[in-house]
Order: sequence, then structure tokens, then C-alpha cells
Amino acid sequence: MTAPVIEVANLRKRYGSTVAVDDVSLEVHPGEIFGLIGPNGAGKTTTMECIQGLRKPDHGTISVLGLDPQRDATALRQRIGVQHQEAHLQKRIKVWEAVDLWSALYSRVVDPDALLTRLGLESKRNAWFMTLSGGQKQRLFIALALIHEPEVVFLDELTTGLDPQARRAIWTLIADIRARGTTVFLTTHLMEEAERLCDRVAIIEHGRVIEMGTPADLVRTHCPEQSVIYTSDGSTHTLRGEGDDFVTNVINDIARSGVRVRGFRTESPTLEDVFLKLTGHGIRD
Amino acid sequence: MLNGLWKLTWVETKVFLREPMGVIGTLGIPVVIFVIGGRLLGTNPAGAAAVGEAAPLNMAILASLIIAVGAVLSLVSIISIYREGGILKRLRATPLSPLTILGAHVLVKLLFTVAGMGLLVLAGRRFFPGAMQVNLFSFTAALLLSTLSILSLGFVLASIVPTARFAQPLGAAVLYPMLSVSGLFVPLEQLPAAVRFVAHGLPMTHAVALMQGIWDGSGWSAHWANAAALVVIFGVCSGLATRVFRWE
Repeated sequence: MTAPVIEVANLRKRYGSTVAVDDVSLEVHPGEIFGLIGPNGAGKTTTMECIQGLRKPDHGTISVLGLDPQRDATALRQRIGVQHQEAHLQKRIKVWEAVDLWSALYSRVVDPDALLTRLGLESKRNAWFMTLSGGQKQRLFIALALIHEPEVVFLDELTTGLDPQARRAIWTLIADIRARGTTVFLTTHLMEEAERLCDRVAIIEHGRVIEMGTPADLVRTHCPEQSVIYTSDGSTHTLRGEGDDFVTNVINDIARSGVRVRGFRTESPTLEDVFLKLTGHGIRD
Repeated sequence: MLNGLWKLTWVETKVFLREPMGVIGTLGIPVVIFVIGGRLLGTNPAGAAAVGEAAPLNMAILASLIIAVGAVLSLVSIISIYREGGILKRLRATPLSPLTILGAHVLVKLLFTVAGMGLLVLAGRRFFPGAMQVNLFSFTAALLLSTLSILSLGFVLASIVPTARFAQPLGAAVLYPMLSVSGLFVPLEQLPAAVRFVAHGLPMTHAVALMQGIWDGSGWSAHWANAAALVVIFGVCSGLATRVFRWE
């Protein structure tokens, strides 16, 4: 396997007496979508901003594209793209002006117009930032994060506060970013989003990474139990079990028994169930 | 990153121009004060009329200083709004240097200071013909130096102001009292010793002395100490601001 794009070892960061990040270690591989997931206040944003070089860690080592985010900040900024949580731009800056300004800051940039078209913002070129919808603002921030063709792009709570359609549109865009070979590091507190998008996730709580892996592996390890729910003779039956053959076995048993089945569905646990099990509580909005 | 500095300055200029209240406040109000005040005090804005027993009030200098104060209030407000909205943080994540990000705002404010001065001159020619007998180049240079010095104090204010809502009131609470003890309305000698002592540490006082000196023709050489004080205050406040400035 090629060298990791991001390596974090024993990261620790406190603000005054508050420990924001206690002990975080993780690796992000080239070309993957990596998700740092956990409730608000778990340390996601602080971890991400330490990796971007915007905050100085109290302890631990960070390497991004082989660079030290603190020491090599200038070189790193040419190679990473960022989007911040709840960010704004100047209220009365026009979309094209923002993209034009950002283009002037990097040594190598993509065609701004093509980028705006790709993100569905071409009709909003002359609109002021303050007149954009939540989804359009986030797409503009994605544009600004991608203007210099970064090797890694950081997206912090990108879809928080967006309606379902806008959220889905953004998911498509993120998958598209990865398809073009860019590594994506994102944070989210939406488990559905993490499960849909991420190749691998790290679950963070109280400043510590408590589990890491592919969403499917995490589900298989921590919540292996599946349910089969079927309706026959007017009553509903629920069967629970584990293992790759469980559903097949149930189907075979039902077929053998000869009952008339009017409804049949399976329920598989999700990342949300894993999170509940590992932390003892649900994710809080 | 000079390209980035010009681009950012240009963008911030355009953004500022799109906010009508800001433009009226920084460009329009000083002219209105100048013209109305000048009319009230007599036809000569350079101080034909006396305020009480005190020295004549020079409306041109007052209006110029209000341009400077307007610039600083606007800067404090913009910086705190940008900080609150994460705009500063977002710009910091680009290859722009911190100095460039803040320097662009200084350039915009100086640009509008010159524009305000230009409007003042036009108004002076229109309403008080013959009264504005001053070396405008020299006077504008003095105003720019004064503005820069007060702007550096503005950066200290912008650093300590907790939220954007407090930016304007805090700035006004600091700057207008500074103007009242600057020697413009009441000569410094007539102020209590303690007030005079404080006034000598404030940029506004030196700004007034320098601009009055240039207005009455004594020039820079007679007021080099005031100019130097403005430079020192700029250095001290800028140094302080770099230590206490908050980006978020």
C-alpha cells in the first residue's frame, strides 16, 4: 500500500482547562473518503484544524503529504483545500469575484468558469454571497476549496443545516471529487452521510478515537444481528440472527413450511446502531 | 503575494461601495458637517468664529478628523464582523499572509480617506471660495499619517472587542472622547494637567497639532515631534495588535 496522505499520532489539544482533543491517532490513505464522525463537541473540528495547520497541537505528530502543517504551512496550503463549518464570505462579494480572488492566491488553478459549471453555480456568477441559498453557499465553498486542484480536500460539517435535496446534491459532488483522484477528509455528525460516502470512518468521542474502519466492517463487528420480518396469516413475525447464511436459512425454512407470506423484509443495523452501542447514547444534533 | 494584496484590496473596495450606509457615513457625513458647521461659524471654515473664549474651531480639520474616525470605526466593525463570520479564518487558510489579509483593509480605509478629503476640497471650493488656502498635498499626507496611526489603535480595539455588536459602540466610546481632548475644541493649555497628560499619549492630539500646523503654514518641520509621535503610536499599537489579534 502507498504511504498515507495524512498521519496523525497521539494528537492532543486543549483550550485553557478544556481538553478538546485528548488522544487522536489516524491514517488517511490516498484517494479515499475518510470520515471523522462523532457528536458536536467531540473534537472533530479541532482535530481537522490541527491537521490543516490552523491550530498548533499541544502534543503529538501530524504529517500531511509528508509535510509538517506547522513548519511547512505555506507549502501545504498550496496543496490542500479547505471548507470550514458555518463559514461565511463578505456579504456583498459576488460569486465570480470570490472565485477570481481565490484563483489569484494559488500558483496553479483550474478554469474558474468550468468549476462553477461543474458545481451548478454558473447562473449565480453575479449574485452576492448573501443572496445564495444554504446549498449554493456550500457549493461555492467547495469551489473555493477545489480551485487549485488540491491533493487533499477537507470538508467540515458540509451538509449541516441543508435540506435533503441539497444534501444529496452535495453527496454526489463529493463522490465526484474522489472519482477525480482527490483524497477527501470530512467530518460529520450524520451517520447516514458517513455510511453513504465514506470508505473509512473514525468514531471520535470526548477527544478520543474509539473505533476506526470501513462502515461495513464496523457494523459486522459490533452489530452483527439482522432481523427478518415477515407477515403471514395476518400476523407479523420477527426473527433475529447473525451470520452470512441467516437470511437464506430463514427463506428456506419459510419455503419449506409452506405458509403463505404476504410481506417480507430484512433489517440490517447501521452505523448509527454501532455508534449507539459503542457510546451508550445516540448522536446529538 | 502582491497580486493577492491588490485583488483583495480591490474586492474589499467594491464590497464596501455596495453598502450604501457605510459609504454615506464615511464619505457623506464629514462633508455635511464641514459645510453646515462652516456656515454656522461664518463663511470661513478655517475658523473665523470663536467657540466661547477658546481658539477658533477649524471646521476643515474637524471634518478631516471625522473622516479618520469614520475609517477607524468602519475598520473595527468590519474586522469583528469578518471574525465572527469566519471570513478571517477562511482567508487565513489560503496562502495569503496574515499581514496581507489585514493590510488590504488598511489600504481600503486609506483610499476612502483620500476620497473623503477630495470631497471636502470640492465642497470647500464650492461653499467657501478662497478660504481653503492650504497645501492640500501636505495636508492630505498629514491626514493619512494620522489615519494610519489611529487605524493601528483600531486594530487593538478590534482585537479586544468580544463580538461584532460591540464593535461600533466600543470604537465610538474610545475615539470620540479622544477627539474632545485633542486640542481641537479647547486648547490643550486650558485642559486640566491630568487630562493634558493623557491627551499627549493619544494619536488624535498629535493629529490635530500636526494638521493645525500645516493649515496655518508652519509646516512639517515645526511639527516633526507630532509626526514622530504618530509614527511611534503606530509602531506600538501595531506591535500590540500582532500579539493580541484574534482571527476567530
